Amino acid sequence: MPLAPAITDVEQLKNHPAVARLLDWNPNVIEAVKFDRDEMTINVDRSALREACALLREDAACPFNFLSDVTCVDWYPAEPRFEVVYHLLSIPKKERVRLKVRLNSSSPNVDSLCSIWPGANYFEREIFDLFGVRFAGHPYLRRIMMPEDWEGHPLRKDYPVEGYR
Amino acid sequence: MAHLAPTPVVEPGQDRTMILNMGPQHPSTHGVLRVLLEIDGENVVRLMPDIGYLHTGIEKTCEAKFYQQVVPLTDRIDYLCPLTNNLCYVLAVEKLLGLEIPPKAQWMRVLLNELTRINSHLVWLGTHAMDIGAMTVFLYCFREREEILKMFEMVSGQRMMTSYFRVGGLALEPPIGFFDRVRDFAGYFPEKVDEYENLLTGNPIWLMRTKGVATMTAEDAIALGATGPTLRGSGVDIDLRRDMPYSSYEKFQFKVPISGEGDVFARYMCRVQELRESIGIVRQALDGMPEGPIKADAPGIVLPDREKMKTQMESLIYHFKIITEGFAVPAGEVYQAVESPRGEMGYYIVSDGTAKPYRVHMRSACFANLQTLAKMCEGRLLADVVAAIGSIDIVLGEIDR
Repeated sequence: MPLAPAITDVEQLKNHPAVARLLDWNPNVIEAVKFDRDEMTINVDRSALREACALLREDAACPFNFLSDVTCVDWYPAEPRFEVVYHLLSIPKKERVRLKVRLNSSSPNVDSLCSIWPGANYFEREIFDLFGVRFAGHPYLRRIMMPEDWEGHPLRKDYPVEGYR
Repeated sequence: MAHLAPTPVVEPGQDRTMILNMGPQHPSTHGVLRVLLEIDGENVVRLMPDIGYLHTGIEKTCEAKFYQQVVPLTDRIDYLCPLTNNLCYVLAVEKLLGLEIPPKAQWMRVLLNELTRINSHLVWLGTHAMDIGAMTVFLYCFREREEILKMFEMVSGQRMMTSYFRVGGLALEPPIGFFDRVRDFAGYFPEKVDEYENLLTGNPIWLMRTKGVATMTAEDAIALGATGPTLRGSGVDIDLRRDMPYSSYEKFQFKVPISGEGDVFARYMCRVQELRESIGIVRQALDGMPEGPIKADAPGIVLPDREKMKTQMESLIYHFKIITEGFAVPAGEVYQAVESPRGEMGYYIVSDGTAKPYRVHMRSACFANLQTLAKMCEGRLLADVVAAIGSIDIVLGEIDR
């Protein structure tokens, strides 16, 4: 079964509930969209992330009320270097959407989602610990996996797999 | 590691609370979970789990391996349900590749996954009951679990670290006598569940220790990211096997047990009912097991049969190339979630078009579920913390990865 090519045209994807809701609110927050392998990805402007999530969570038609996962990808040495990835799930509609935020290595900061989903707490701490991305407004942004006095962020691509010896 | 900041003392005599350290070697923390407790007499004022003691950097290791080499690593994340992790990983890679899997392999995956669920729930039931003081159940549960582990050994050669699923199908044809053994087990297992229930469900001590203890509302459970029986115990009706089916789960009939009370007993009931539903799925899988190949027809990705490899030049070349160079996966990203015994197990894999994954992230169910512990315990008795930890069914290997 050959893979269908990815769709990246907003016009073709505007029927997806998350895209429709965001377009309805403010078309400028959508930086890019991609529909690939049956999964919807929306690149969102960094400053609008928290509002966009709050909006999607409260959407009447298709509430994306569950935050499945938060993670990060390091595209070192490219810029913008970090991509923080949010997977939202709509429990009533059984629909998923992936939101992405791109961050430069000079200021890897993004708003925390803890005020919307308290469950984002551990996920964001993990990203802070392993990637060094900071979440503004997080209640307890400390290392979670590594010891408190650890130096460096192990999941960054410029951190050797064997560690520093 | 983590510290709990002391509450400010306003004036002498107001310092009523004390900080208590529980774990990381406490027997009821199921591994190496450390819990920091601030207690006022017998009441828990604040609670903070401290994790990371088992962090082995599996996600980082995955980035340095070929796609097929990651499968054994996924066993070691959650050592109670290795096959669920194998499945989730291979499904994600197959989605990236756009591979079609033959029906027999899909049904075998379902069959083994449900046996894994039973295995995991039995360990949970035994240890959870033992935490609360019912010693006998543990021995009964491990008796049946032993039989399941023997079946795993039969198909994969390993009791716990199975690595049986491969990208594109299964590692081996199930051996002769395997299905008879599973059928035998499926025949007598429901009676054994009755046995556990006789010991616990009506037991007044068990009810006192679990009913109304460590309650959580549905809103809190959703907001905190709980999944699986921890979420369904609070009355939220979601099960990825039924709602977003994978690996031909849509062809099976089963109920999703839900209890609305949100206490330890509700979560207990959900899991015990799941034991019965799982054995029903196993029986359906046995009855309807399709015939046919167990590997997809994808020569550059799936290892050729041993027989062909020794007789056909082309198969030998493919074998050599897959082992030495791996197989390239088209660039892209997928998030594949499955319903593990503990909740939503998800793999987020990013491919850059090479033979090694650019990024593998495991969304572990326990990691999110553990966040509900504070909500369950704060303002309640210290002794209930043990019951609450048991009812979340945590596996520290999966939390710390």
